Amino acid sequence: MFTNFMAWIDKRLPVTDCWNKHLAQYPAPKNFNFWYFFGSLAMLVLVNQILTGIWLTMSYEPSGDGAFASIEYIMRDVDYGWLLRYMHSTGASAFFIVVYLHMFRGMMYGSYQKPRELLWIFGMLIFLVLMAEAFMGYLLPWGNMSYWGAQVIISLFGAIPIVGDDLTQWIRGDYVISGATLNRFFALHVIAMPLVLVILVFLHILALHEVGSNNPEGTDIKKPKGSVKEEDKSKFTFHKHYTDKYDIVDAIPFHPYYSVKDIMGVAGFLILFCWVMFFAPEGGGYFIEAPNFEPANGLKTPEHIVPVWYFGPFYTILRVVPDKLLGAVAMFGAIIMLFALPWFDRGTVKAMKYRCTWHTINLIQFAICFIVLGILGTKAATPLNNAIGTVASFGYFGFFIALWFYSKNEKTKPVPERVSG
Amino acid sequence: MSNAPVNNGRRRFLTAATSVVGGVGVVGVAVPFIGSWNPSARAKAAGAPVEVNVGKIQPGQLVRAEWRGKPVYVVRRTEQTVADLAKFDDQLRDPNSEKPQQPDYATNAHRSIKPELMVALGVCTHLGCAPTYHKGDFDQFVEGGTDGFFCPCHGSKFDMAGRVFQGVPAPTNLMVPEHSYPDENTLLIGVGQGEA
Repeated sequence: MFTNFMAWIDKRLPVTDCWNKHLAQYPAPKNFNFWYFFGSLAMLVLVNQILTGIWLTMSYEPSGDGAFASIEYIMRDVDYGWLLRYMHSTGASAFFIVVYLHMFRGMMYGSYQKPRELLWIFGMLIFLVLMAEAFMGYLLPWGNMSYWGAQVIISLFGAIPIVGDDLTQWIRGDYVISGATLNRFFALHVIAMPLVLVILVFLHILALHEVGSNNPEGTDIKKPKGSVKEEDKSKFTFHKHYTDKYDIVDAIPFHPYYSVKDIMGVAGFLILFCWVMFFAPEGGGYFIEAPNFEPANGLKTPEHIVPVWYFGPFYTILRVVPDKLLGAVAMFGAIIMLFALPWFDRGTVKAMKYRCTWHTINLIQFAICFIVLGILGTKAATPLNNAIGTVASFGYFGFFIALWFYSKNEKTKPVPERVSG
Repeated sequence: MSNAPVNNGRRRFLTAATSVVGGVGVVGVAVPFIGSWNPSARAKAAGAPVEVNVGKIQPGQLVRAEWRGKPVYVVRRTEQTVADLAKFDDQLRDPNSEKPQQPDYATNAHRSIKPELMVALGVCTHLGCAPTYHKGDFDQFVEGGTDGFFCPCHGSKFDMAGRVFQGVPAPTNLMVPEHSYPDENTLLIGVGQGEA
């Protein structure tokens, strides 16, 4: 009965073929470690955000007069409204934690290197859209930090010479941030950005499955056709899309092997996620900031305007540069550097463990600087903090510059042909 | 591709012409989408410039105007007040108005276009309260002072050019809005000098 039904479908839509090509017969390296959880976790969080987001719009009122009150209505009067909102707000922070770890995984194992440059670019575009999505979403509760955070970020565009002031006015749709700004941010947050995000995620996965997954050893599991002895080939059945062109070694099918492993990751993630959601939904003032418990007030600036933690690193870079325009340039430059990472790295060895010691040190200092910048971004800009922030900013940019120099004639260790063990 | 008789020159021309016309169409269609993001007529009306008749303001008097929902203080300073502005420079946070709290044409010793007329938002730069005008009894806040502004919320002090004193919570001088004088006795708040 079911077989007949699937046969009927498959004649009209390649469902089984697609399932096999991308899941059941997709060759994935057999040595994925826990760092490989974060891709599927990001997808899980995306689904969470879309689902809870749709439900939140059912009770939210996108207007300057009604937004703040409608959030209170969701929290107090709507059945399970508090839970849906906390799932969404905790999900936003979880999204960035997962994505930052996912990106660092790629940096450690050289997953951005040839031939995965485009895959990396799609990933960076996802990151960029995610930041825009989060920024716009943060305005919607219409709390006082929402208001002033948006004020600060939108005024960044005012730093652009000549067109700056007109541009900020065009973005706001008013002379100050007002209901008009809120409404357009709502439209972008719930329709435009999620649509773009989903398309980019689709392209990211499509590009991944074209070039294949990298692994912690940085070896290639797709060998030229006919170069591998029969007994060395992977014993599993893989889709002909892959086996027609390559001999596959050291691989296992994504499903059920990694789908089951990822469920394990999901379980661990959900334990942490639920703990925050139920016991510390404000994330100690980092996920939902204290001034956001009072309505937006254009006449009352919060004592310290600080962005949500996930913008911290870039906000600190903006702040330590004394000039407004140059600060904005440095902040966007920090993101451009990440985009260009595949071209800063002139090496051919992918995995950290087979590269020179300098590379490991460089990666560690980059991670430390990134975290320090992130912490400083949530603190007041005292002279000491600014001094530390300046050093950390140099560390951030220095990572890319140093990489460009030492990767040219790098002393690397020999990379094994096969995944060891 | 095939050996069918094809006039490639004509085909290229038609492709290019169609692309150009199509491109113009795309630009045209983009106009309403981009244009709709400009401030609406309602927003423009609410943010329209405000006129104040300054001819009737007596020396030392403060007049409040409302512009874009915020109070604007207009004070006719006496000659003595203008002369005294430099007196407390060493006690001010930003005596030379280096922070961009005023338009370029008001970046001067008296932070205004006309020395005798002070124009500033009556919004404390700390947390947005309205500073109160103390005429003649400012010495209770600053020793030796006569006139100034004192914010009742958290004790920030400003001089007669809206410049903030040191040691108070407000970080910057009072904001000077864009303003201009279309004629001798009319102050136009919201339109900068030379803009109209």
